[in-house]
Amino acid sequence: MSFHPLMPYGEGWHKSDRIVAAEGQPFAFTPDRVRQLEEICGKYPPDRRKSAVLAALYFVQEQQGYLTANAMRHVAEFLRITPAEVEDVATYYVMFYRAPVGRYVLQVCRTLSCALGGAERVVEALSEKLGIKVGETDASGMFTLMEFECLGACDRAPVVMVNNEYWHERLTPENCSKFVDDIKVRGEAALSGCYLKVEN
Amino acid sequence: MEPVLTKYVREPNSFELDFFLTHDGYQGLKKALAMQPNDVIEMVKASGLRGRGGAGFPTGMKWQFVDKKTPNPRYIACNADESEPGTFKDHLLMERNPHLMFEGCLIGCWAIGAKVAYIYIRGEFYHVQKILEDQLAKAYAKGYAGKNVMGSGWDCDIVLHRGAGAYEAGEETALIESLEGKRAQPRIKPPFPAVSGLYNCPTAVNNVETLCNLPSILTNGAEWFARLGPEKNGGPKLFCISGHVKKPGVYEASMNTTLQDLIFNYAGGIRDGHRLKAVIPGGSSVPILMPDQLDVPASFDAVQKAGSMLGSAGIIAMDETTCMVWVAKNLMHFYAHESCGKCTPCREGGDWLYKILDRIERGEGEVRDLDLLTSVSNNIAGKTLCAFGDAAATPPLTTLKNFRAEYEAHIREGRCPIPADWRAGTALAAAH
Repeated sequence: MSFHPLMPYGEGWHKSDRIVAAEGQPFAFTPDRVRQLEEICGKYPPDRRKSAVLAALYFVQEQQGYLTANAMRHVAEFLRITPAEVEDVATYYVMFYRAPVGRYVLQVCRTLSCALGGAERVVEALSEKLGIKVGETDASGMFTLMEFECLGACDRAPVVMVNNEYWHERLTPENCSKFVDDIKVRGEAALSGCYLKVEN
Repeated sequence: MEPVLTKYVREPNSFELDFFLTHDGYQGLKKALAMQPNDVIEMVKASGLRGRGGAGFPTGMKWQFVDKKTPNPRYIACNADESEPGTFKDHLLMERNPHLMFEGCLIGCWAIGAKVAYIYIRGEFYHVQKILEDQLAKAYAKGYAGKNVMGSGWDCDIVLHRGAGAYEAGEETALIESLEGKRAQPRIKPPFPAVSGLYNCPTAVNNVETLCNLPSILTNGAEWFARLGPEKNGGPKLFCISGHVKKPGVYEASMNTTLQDLIFNYAGGIRDGHRLKAVIPGGSSVPILMPDQLDVPASFDAVQKAGSMLGSAGIIAMDETTCMVWVAKNLMHFYAHESCGKCTPCREGGDWLYKILDRIERGEGEVRDLDLLTSVSNNIAGKTLCAFGDAAATPPLTTLKNFRAEYEAHIREGRCPIPADWRAGTALAAAH
């Protein structure tokens, strides 16, 4: 059956799939995070705690690295919503990991301006250096390689984000090998950041 | 034109509250608080300020539509989910001039009678969010936000809300859904957010750059603002120029400036030894303009007349090394990936278009694929709840219209006619 008379609507042409989250270890927020999350909930109307669901999922990720079914149920209980509502959100937004990732997640912007600047070559070079494909984690568990859609720094293309937070601008294919080696030694300090150059 | 929004962005401490206060900071708000809210709306209407997010809708009118009679609270939602490919102006404003945005939010709240402004910032801008959190705390401490704003007796809160990676959250009703803790999917309109928005209360959703224009309108007057640009396209405008130009970056100019001028003077022209092939003038969602179509003012109305849209003013310039089928495929990957999945034509069709473009680009396309591209695109455009559908249909339609011969060459020759050495980012391409 097809929605379009000319389309071969079969295997490979359907994109929806449901990935069920792993159960994982029993989960509860640390007392410190409970306090912080209550504070965040207080910024929304009292009957709208659900607004804090993204913040809560970020906290889960901070605490155990990725989202599990146990953690999502805990978030649901905390926000007084159903586990389905949490899973609904968790499976939609790309910045939540639903499986373990490496210590450094390299998120390479692949959209037009970065691609014009050579982002495809950057992905190829990183992939070769790390010996993994996009979406995979290397054997040492140190690096995960991901492609991201437009990060919003097109003037400093190609841009790479690391761990949803740190940025590195103008990464050329030639520099990729050194870039990875630098991170191995200096961690996040090896990244250039992504800030406007100011006059001093 | 002397910069208004980006006048101080290259000063080392431009993001600090102390710096802002010694450079006319919060003077627009002070003026607004001395006026009746309705007079502020009238002033913004008179200035002709149009939304900088992409649609170019008059801001004053948007505020006027906000239901003021309801007993429910009202809200300002600041759209800082800047994700349109080719756009990076709000990134700069928030990084270097955060208090201007806070001031704009507060003026907006005063005008529509809101007590809270939610700033929805995209998750990827965490480094910017940390600056905002820091500066917002300072604004609270000095009485520029929170209780008794600037000693006026009026309370107004500003809340930062971090998104988590969804292009669709930039659509105003999807942004509201995301603020409520749901998937960023658009709502059926009407009712419009001005009547029933966040938590079903009247809400005005405004772009960062739009709000940043308010303080200068209040201090310098509506007439000053309107005179800065062509009729109905007043005020300063930020242009983001990227791609194959010598000096990519954010440039502030009046909308009298031509696209030609922006690319060849402001951004220094195309990289050495190359020539311009095509321009996307307003973020990836708008039709391509050819090099001979650029002698038009970069205003909402003039660019539309030229056959495209100013959109978010994200100008992407491409030189002759660029394969236009590859461009369409790259952008289609974006739209297929970012489709929220609510409307069938966009969810299914976007993915189909990507796959068809992919096989053409690999040299495995057939002649009938060109009609198929057109047909699927036309079955997405105009058939979805939000403008995403029209945007998603644009890359194949606009490249087919302007570069059909390139598509045909791919199919005829079974490969890309652009030399392999020119692939973006290969050493040879840089040497050309």
